[in-house]
Amino acid sequence: MAALNIKKGSSSHSAYDLRDFHSEAVQSHTLAVIVDNEAGVLARVIGLFSGRGYNIDSLTVAEVDHKGHRSRITVVTRGTVAVVEQIKAQLGRIVPVHEVLDLTLAGQAVERELALIKVVGTGDKRIEALRLAEIFRANVVDSTLESFVFELTGPPDKIDAFADLMRPLGLLDVARTGVAALSRGM
Amino acid sequence: MSRQMTGAKMVIQALKDQGVEVIFGYPGGAVLPIYDEIFQQNDIRHILVRHEQAALHMAEGYARSTGKPGCVLVTSGPGATNAVTGLTDALLDSIPLVVISGQVPTFMIGTDGFQEADTVGITRPCTKHNWLVKDADDVAETLHQAFHVATSGRPGPVLVDLPKDVQFATGTYIEPKQVKMSHYQPKVKGDIEAITRLVELIETAKKPVFYTGGGVINSGPGASQLLRELVDGADFPITSTLMGLGAYPASGKNWLGMLGMHGLYEANLAMHDCDLMINVGARFDDRITGRVADFSPESHKVHIDIDPSSVNKIVHVHLPIIGDVGHVLEDVLKVWKARGRKTDKASLAEWHTQVNEWRAVRCLAYTNSEKTIKPQYALERLEALTKGRDRYITTEVGQHQMWAAQYLGFEDPNRWMTSGGLGTMGYGFPASIGVQVAHPDALVINVAGEASWLMNMQELGTATQFRTPVKQFILNNERLGMVRQWQELLHGERYSQSWSESLPDFVKLAEAFGWKGIICDNPADLDDAIMEMINHDGPVLFDCLVEKHENCFPMIPSGKPHNEMLLAADADAFKEGASLV
Repeated sequence: MAALNIKKGSSSHSAYDLRDFHSEAVQSHTLAVIVDNEAGVLARVIGLFSGRGYNIDSLTVAEVDHKGHRSRITVVTRGTVAVVEQIKAQLGRIVPVHEVLDLTLAGQAVERELALIKVVGTGDKRIEALRLAEIFRANVVDSTLESFVFELTGPPDKIDAFADLMRPLGLLDVARTGVAALSRGM
Repeated sequence: MSRQMTGAKMVIQALKDQGVEVIFGYPGGAVLPIYDEIFQQNDIRHILVRHEQAALHMAEGYARSTGKPGCVLVTSGPGATNAVTGLTDALLDSIPLVVISGQVPTFMIGTDGFQEADTVGITRPCTKHNWLVKDADDVAETLHQAFHVATSGRPGPVLVDLPKDVQFATGTYIEPKQVKMSHYQPKVKGDIEAITRLVELIETAKKPVFYTGGGVINSGPGASQLLRELVDGADFPITSTLMGLGAYPASGKNWLGMLGMHGLYEANLAMHDCDLMINVGARFDDRITGRVADFSPESHKVHIDIDPSSVNKIVHVHLPIIGDVGHVLEDVLKVWKARGRKTDKASLAEWHTQVNEWRAVRCLAYTNSEKTIKPQYALERLEALTKGRDRYITTEVGQHQMWAAQYLGFEDPNRWMTSGGLGTMGYGFPASIGVQVAHPDALVINVAGEASWLMNMQELGTATQFRTPVKQFILNNERLGMVRQWQELLHGERYSQSWSESLPDFVKLAEAFGWKGIICDNPADLDDAIMEMINHDGPVLFDCLVEKHENCFPMIPSGKPHNEMLLAADADAFKEGASLV
């Protein structure tokens, strides 16, 4: 055991092993977390993500069983296989969590998001916006002589595409609910 | 059998029904109704601390040495925030604690009231679970659930925040057996197919090693017994983390000593070269693995753990078994015996020969001195003079902690209390009081460094008041020894802020609190001084002046694999290494 050759700038000067953990491919997963709807439960779930450095791309939450006081939290997250597995295991450890479902692993899940999109304009731009809205099956839920509010439902990439098209036509504001998802079949 | 009573009275009733005998705490405005109830009963003993952090560490010492949950009562605001370090310590070391905090009245929550803090918010990431109780009818059920959560599955600290108006209000008390079953029921039995697969691996392994941790201790004394039966039956070498010491006896023939950053040479090399690693209740902590990419590269890894999130968190394992250590080991033994208790004896004999060669390196050897007390020598003498006694050891954090783990031998579980995961300086002194409260007649010694010890020195008064004859064995090098060691080896000997200036006269300090003080700086006097400490009927502060610049070896510099360990003899070469820039 000769003297150690520690290269300049290597992690050996730290009390921690400062390796790059992000070499593997990162993938997106949609998780459904079934929880008791009690005070602070959402903070526990979100705190887990921020405290352990995980990503949240989208988050929705609502009580789905009023009698049993159960809520369903749908969270879209990103990570390597190992990180996603760790996220699920950590979620499962939270006391009010009943179940953690990986909808991405379970097969292509049905994922839907609702968006409200305000577009301001007159003349040709206004007509073009309305025409595109029809193609995307967006509903007009509010209208003035200079503006529309469109209501659009679909997977997140459809909403992205619509918003991108509206941008040159006078896009003013977008409100999105985040993803709600269910597995397909039985 | 439901009874009407105030929330405050329910707290006492629930603690009694949960079998609590001792609670560590400190009063304040928001817990006065509970303290009023404590005054009017004699079943639960209250230990008045001098700082809330110490109450948590005392409860940890109590819990770790008894296997029962530790209980704490603190007031709102600063009382609760002072509890945060202890909660985090207990979370990382999986120690069951039930902490009750007072809170401002419900109608004042959110108004920045006097001594108001968002206690459930602050303690959410440092508890296993916590609750804010807003209705007196929920007090009893919540407390019973709190004990259930703290002690089931992987144990941990929980906190129940009780607003003052809820303590005054009257509600219905329910007993533990009336509480509706919690959905929180962690799995304790391991998958039998996986267990059978483990037995097959045990039967064919050529270079196996058991790597055990705090989970064995948490599983109860029965788990340690089963572990001993399996290890000695199969004749496999065994090493343990800092938290698991005592599960397998230090005098046992298969004992390798502790592993990890300051672990023994034979333990770390056995881990690096093994072909079968059986992790029992440990969690591949970074102080254990070193560089993960080079961690035990050739081995088949098995991991027995009650917490699914521990599996594959750091090291990928080939065979996870989720379950309680005791239950799983029982099944492993059953299957292994039923299949004829087979092992590859010829290969094992070769493996033991290899292990004995590593043992022959004598990695704990050090150069003794006749002039100054070497810390290693002090611990060797402490071990020799206390061996065989009804002994409990606590430690602070730093070099002395690692030396204690290396040079003291633990024959039984629950005899060794140390802050492993969080590394909390100031843990050991209050923990020793907590242990002594649980075991009034035992010899309880806190092996300390002077810097750590000062962090909770206010508890001198607590020990005097409650007549806990704890022995504080301070290895005083007038340095923050571990910081100094890293600065010497890795930061060009620039000793930034790592010395203890303006230390008190420890003997006078002891006497000021009614303790006995002993000072010793001569190796020739050490045995007599230690015997004087042991034989004194009361608390003792032992100021053992040791060599100031001793380093703790072996050492695996972080980011290095197990087989690139630094022994005492290599240290100078390492220091002179031109590459260290």
